[in-house]
Amino acid sequence: MVKDVLSKFEPRRENLLDILHAVQETSPNNSLSSEDIEMIAKYVGITPAEVYGTATFYTMFSVKPRGKHVIRVCVSPACHLLGGESILEALKEELGVDVGDTTKDGLFTLEISSCLGICGVAPAMMIDEIAYGNLTPARVRDIINEYRRGG
Amino acid sequence: MIQRAHVLVCMGAGCVSAGSELVKKRLEEKIKEKELDVEVRIIGTGCMGPCERGPIVLVYPEGAFYQKVGLSDVDLIVEEHLLKGRVVKELLAKDEAAVRVSKEEIPFFAKQEKIVLANCGVIDPENIEEYIAANGYEALARVLERMTPDEVISMMEKSNLRGRGGAGFPTGLKWRFVRSAKGEPKYVVCNGDEGDPGAFMDRAILEGDPHAVLEGMLIAAYAVGSKQGYIYVRAEYPLAIKRLQIAMEQARKYGFLGKNILDTGFSFDVELRIGAGAFVCGEETALLASIEGRRGMPRSKPPFPATHGLWGKPTLINNVETYANVRHIILNGPEWFRSFGTDSSSGTKVFALSGKVKNTGLIEVPMGITLREVVFDIGGGIINDGKFKAAQIGGPSGGCLTERHLDLPLTYESVKEAGAIVGSGGLIILDENTCMVELARYFLEFCQLESCGKCIPCRVGTKRMLEILERITQGAGKMEDINELERLGNWVQQASLCGLGQTAPNPVLSTVRYFREEYEAHVIQKKCPAKVCVSLIKYLILVEKCIGCGRCAKVCPVKAISGAIRKPHFINSEICVKCGECKKVCPVNAVIID
Repeated sequence: MVKDVLSKFEPRRENLLDILHAVQETSPNNSLSSEDIEMIAKYVGITPAEVYGTATFYTMFSVKPRGKHVIRVCVSPACHLLGGESILEALKEELGVDVGDTTKDGLFTLEISSCLGICGVAPAMMIDEIAYGNLTPARVRDIINEYRRGG
Repeated sequence: MIQRAHVLVCMGAGCVSAGSELVKKRLEEKIKEKELDVEVRIIGTGCMGPCERGPIVLVYPEGAFYQKVGLSDVDLIVEEHLLKGRVVKELLAKDEAAVRVSKEEIPFFAKQEKIVLANCGVIDPENIEEYIAANGYEALARVLERMTPDEVISMMEKSNLRGRGGAGFPTGLKWRFVRSAKGEPKYVVCNGDEGDPGAFMDRAILEGDPHAVLEGMLIAAYAVGSKQGYIYVRAEYPLAIKRLQIAMEQARKYGFLGKNILDTGFSFDVELRIGAGAFVCGEETALLASIEGRRGMPRSKPPFPATHGLWGKPTLINNVETYANVRHIILNGPEWFRSFGTDSSSGTKVFALSGKVKNTGLIEVPMGITLREVVFDIGGGIINDGKFKAAQIGGPSGGCLTERHLDLPLTYESVKEAGAIVGSGGLIILDENTCMVELARYFLEFCQLESCGKCIPCRVGTKRMLEILERITQGAGKMEDINELERLGNWVQQASLCGLGQTAPNPVLSTVRYFREEYEAHVIQKKCPAKVCVSLIKYLILVEKCIGCGRCAKVCPVKAISGAIRKPHFINSEICVKCGECKKVCPVNAVIID
């Protein structure tokens, strides 16, 4: 599995971020396991510590297992001024988890983002690669339930 | 086949999040159903600007500007406008004056000057032929066939274009440094790591007109003598990444990118690099480390990337918006470019307008425009006609401009004198309900979290400043804390290794400078004038107003409200967690914050 992903890249250090992105995307729990890191290190020809050090520097890589969907709530001032806090609270309540945690059913991991760059439609969040703007607590609940139905 | 009508649907990230993809799909289905698909063309475009009003549908030849278009409105547009030729009035922009049919009549657009954004919201960013039809790649052809690299650089110098990433370094001069630097190969890098909270212009340019950025890079590569380029984009921008990939593929197919471009013997290709969530990667040396596949840690300068950049080779780094300006300067000449803006700050600047302003979105204005024009003429004033308090400009590296700066022309120098920076161009508008101390705390917390930790002034200094600010917002601040913040702030500014640390104290120093009385209220009276800081406020029920309906008691999560039915209720502030639910449900506004 990871081998197939690795074979798409030339084994050079400069491709490390792209490799980490690709491996994490194909991982069943949205993260980089220690086996993944070992294999990547071997492939690129650097130590696992270097791979681990690079991966943990960036917020988008996780060495902890995550849910099937990663929710990123924007906490920029632009969103904050227009009720971003109530969006985060609604999500915490609806999912029953705190920031950085994963729901028991393994469906969602709740994260925060410093800015998603769609301040014109604040408050906003992203689920995986889909952005949602002009949110209200009620709409957040609807969106989450849609994902639940969709698995 | 010439169509009788063109329907433009905004596919900028803001409109997409509001559902414009579904609107476009529905339009296509509906037009097929009415057998109009031969005579009407539907085009998805980049950001048109007024995100607040999305999804936006623009119908030509009338230029009818439909806003907040829902799925049910699509049928109306097709049946009324496209079939019967009647403009749908209820979907047009309205203001006090009249119903506005076209874009040009809307005040939001009237004061803008679109150079960089000329194609955004007009052409289909996923179709190179539309870009070529809008004079795309003409500047490249002119440069390759008729100009020497030195002539190109001289033209950039004469244009007085300055770096749009925020610092405002003269672009022509930077190009000259890289051209004259010793070492091969040379690289050209585009910084699209727009991490500033409140900024989204780079994203809009990459999503709305990706070829303009490629063309700017190609011209720069020819001028400095480079064969290889990199575009670094945040992973948070999947749509921008997708459209760039399409643009690069098309440019290669048409021979604008790759070997022997336009048969002139000039070769240049670009690789896309995707970030992974680190604000510091917007700093040029950190960005280079990240492209090399390492931790994005900055290093001390000099040597500058112009002589020692990627893998130690001379490297040109410019921001997305800077590259997007290049082709216009080549096509229209430096004098034309200098006719916009002021003597020291030529051209236009794209600002991202957000916060408590009526019309949020993306605007492009001549530099030197006043803040008043931006906030009130283009932005339409404050939400709910509230009072303007300040504008936070330049994100976490910037500062605030206050009421006294409303008539200040926005240029690199004037904003700097006011204690802020133009930065990438984020403009967050604040009203009376914003606590400046809390805002400063937010930005500092952001910098503290995003600090890479390499140098002590930034790693420890921001941490200590944050602790002080947290104390103040929690009502445990002391008078000497305010002076200590200024002292520490100055140290962090002077001693930090890179731009992140050097500018991290700016929001704090700027709010202390202009809103000292607000800090003092937190420290001396233990009050938050904007009624934001939770530790310093109390919820009360006005006895004379309360009708005893009991709704507040019902919603209170901690049972802090007591009272008999039809009798005034009371909040026990010992138990109250200040969630504000009672205030939301009270039908007679008897709940107040003290």
